[in-house]
Formats: sequence, C-alpha cells, structure tokens
Amino acid sequence: MSGFFRLVRRDLRLALRQGGDAATVLAFFFLAVILFPFGVGPEPEVLTRIAAGIVWVTALLAALLSLERLFLADYEDGSLEALALMPLPLEFQVLAKALAHWLTTGLPLVVVAPLLALLLHLDGAGYGALVLGMALGTPTLSLVGAIGAALTLGARRGGVLLSLLVLPLYIPVLIFGVGAVEAAVTGLEMRPHLMLLVALLLAAIPLAPVAAAAALRQAVE
Amino acid sequence: MTQAANALFNATNLACRRGGRLVFSGLHFALPPGRALILRGPNGSGKSSLLRLLAGLGRPESGRIAWGGETISDDSAAHRARLHFIGHADAAKPALLVGETLAFWAGLHGGGADDVTAALAHFRLERLADMPCRFLSAGERKRLALARLLASPAALWLLDEPTNGLDAAALEDLLRAISDHCAGGGIALIASHLPLTLDRVETLALDDYTPRGRALAA
Repeated sequence: MSGFFRLVRRDLRLALRQGGDAATVLAFFFLAVILFPFGVGPEPEVLTRIAAGIVWVTALLAALLSLERLFLADYEDGSLEALALMPLPLEFQVLAKALAHWLTTGLPLVVVAPLLALLLHLDGAGYGALVLGMALGTPTLSLVGAIGAALTLGARRGGVLLSLLVLPLYIPVLIFGVGAVEAAVTGLEMRPHLMLLVALLLAAIPLAPVAAAAALRQAVE
Repeated sequence: MTQAANALFNATNLACRRGGRLVFSGLHFALPPGRALILRGPNGSGKSSLLRLLAGLGRPESGRIAWGGETISDDSAAHRARLHFIGHADAAKPALLVGETLAFWAGLHGGGADDVTAALAHFRLERLADMPCRFLSAGERKRLALARLLASPAALWLLDEPTNGLDAAALEDLLRAISDHCAGGGIALIASHLPLTLDRVETLALDDYTPRGRALAA
C-alpha cells in the first residue's frame, strides 16, 4: 500500500475513533439550518425561495468549523515534523489529508443536505442539483481550506484568522452551487454551473496542495 | 575535527541563524560510515538547530551539507528516505494503538511488518502493542518514538536528546541499537547531555562555533 493511502487510512481511523469532529460538523449544520425558519418565519414561500442559499452557506460554515484541526493536532504532537521528513512529498500528504477531511466532513454534509432542504421546502426540481453541486463543491472546500489551515498553524486565534482567509475564497463555490439549484428550479440548464464547479475542483487539486505544503514547510522549519 | 578522506556525511563552514540571532558559524564535521558523533554544548548552543538543518528542515545561513559528495538539498527526497530524525515530540496519537503507530511510520518510510515486530521487541514494547498511546508513560512514549529507528531502514540517524525520560534498561537498549547501527555502516548524530558509552564515537563541541563560546575562548 502506498504512503498516500496509509495517511488517508490513518486520518480516517483517527476520525472514527475520536468521532467528535464529524459529529460536531453535522450537528452544527443541522442546528444552524433549523434556526432560519425561526428567524425569517415559517412561511413555505419564503423558505422555498431561500432554501438553497441557506443550505449552501451553512454547509460552508460547517466545513470551516473542522478545518482548524486539519494540521493542528499533527503540528502540536510532532507528527507534522515527522511527516515532512517522510519520502512521500508533502504535497501528496496534503492531498491525502484533504481527502480524509472530505470523507469525514464533506461527504456527510452532502448526504444530509437534501434532508435539510426538505425541511426548508426546497422545490422538488432542485434536489438533484443540490446534491450534485455539493458533491462537486465540497472537495474544493476541503482543498482550499487546507491552504488556510496550513497558513494559520502556530498563529494565536488561528481559527478566526482561518475563517477570514478562507471564506472569501469559498465565494465562487457558493455562487455556482446555489446557481445550479436556482437554474434547476427555474427550468434552466444546471450543467454550466456544475461544470464550473468541476473546473474549480480541477484547479484546486493541483494548486491547493502546493500552496499548503509550502506553508507547512515554513511552519516546521 | 579530523577531516576523513572517506567521509560519507559532512558539513563545511555551516552557519545557522534563528530569529535573527547567529547561533553558530564556521561549523565543520566529516563522518565516515559507521561513526557516531555526539553533539555537546550548553542550552541554546544550537544542537537542535544543527540536527534540524542536517535533516533538511530549513536551510543553513551559509555552508554546505553533503552526503556522498551530493548537497542534500539537491535531492531532498533521497535525503529524507535515508534519515531518521527523532526530536523532542513523540509523534504519537492518543487514539492510535502502539503497534498501529509504529506500523504507520514504518510503512511511510519503507519498513515492513517484520521490521516493526523487531523494533517493538528491541525496545520491549510488545506487551504494549495493543495499548492506545494515551495510556503510555513519558518513558514509554519515548521508547515508541525511538522504535521508529529500527522499524524502517535508514543510514542516517539524527537524535535530539534521545535519552530524555529513559530508564537504565531503556538507555541500554538505545545504546545497543546505536552500536548495531554504526557496526552496520550507519551514521548517528546524537545531541545529549549524558555521557554515552559508545565505540567509534567522536564529539563535537558546539561552543567552539558559537559567538559566546568564541568570546569565552578569546
């Protein structure tokens, strides 16, 4: 088995044994979404109108919640230093950790999103676009988030700084993710939006690991 | 320091700066295969900094570090594959078992299951193999970190205060591992305050190269 999959397996195992992070992310997603009917009122017309936006924005915030821990635990216990000295290039290690992060937080968000959209009376035509869009968009969130997590290592109040760095970079994913649902609901083509999400992902796969690995090298120097 | 003609690992005119402060400069060493080098010096004299530079974590302010005549930064992947660096942190996850932890690090560094078993046995960790790392004492965590040395092959060992927290028996295990490593042609650099009883060992006094040490000598 290659080092890449060893690292993915270790991070999955840690996530399963500790369990806390993924559960927290899902609980936050759920609670934050059900706050909106209390805030804007329970009228189905209003909720239907804003359902896709609420689910997407809340998913972004939920994904952000777990990012701080992505490299921090490894940084604090010396694992990051040891990982940086392994033959497997740090860029691939970042990719492996981002994949494990997506499997433990992004994927559960994708699975739960249609249930929450149902609570918000999302139009029936929008569910396919919501799930497809989130499946294509959330890996980009993990990858871009890895850059922020690497850059804020060792910073005090790193979590807040991380949000400030990463949230602006999430805007394109949000625009096209919500755009796909809007298009499907109004009977337009959702393909262009989804293809733009694919384009963002394809750009993030090579670029984010390079940027994050450079930041990690600075952190362990 | 004697300049050996058959040196495998050597540093020439090495200088290190950390946080704007010159830690040491003009540092030389040349080690043939099978030699251990003990780094001595008071706190802050740059023992850890030197080991980190030799591992490739960070670049020297000036000077050159070479393995077999090749500057290590020219092929850093090859350098990483040939070294073990054991620093102060143990790199053990509380939720992972001792055996899993060692197998993970060995696997990333090209070690097999046999190597892991042998390493656990050498540092007398077999009985703890199924124990989560969170239950280990400080000395046991150190032994687990040191077991990484034997769990995958590497020609160069860089050990930063490896004796911290070890009892007498574990110290013997460590010294035996280093002796075997050097007898097999490996090189070890060890920062330590304890007198270590090893054959074929040289000593490098960091204070010969620090600004403060030079001022005292002058």
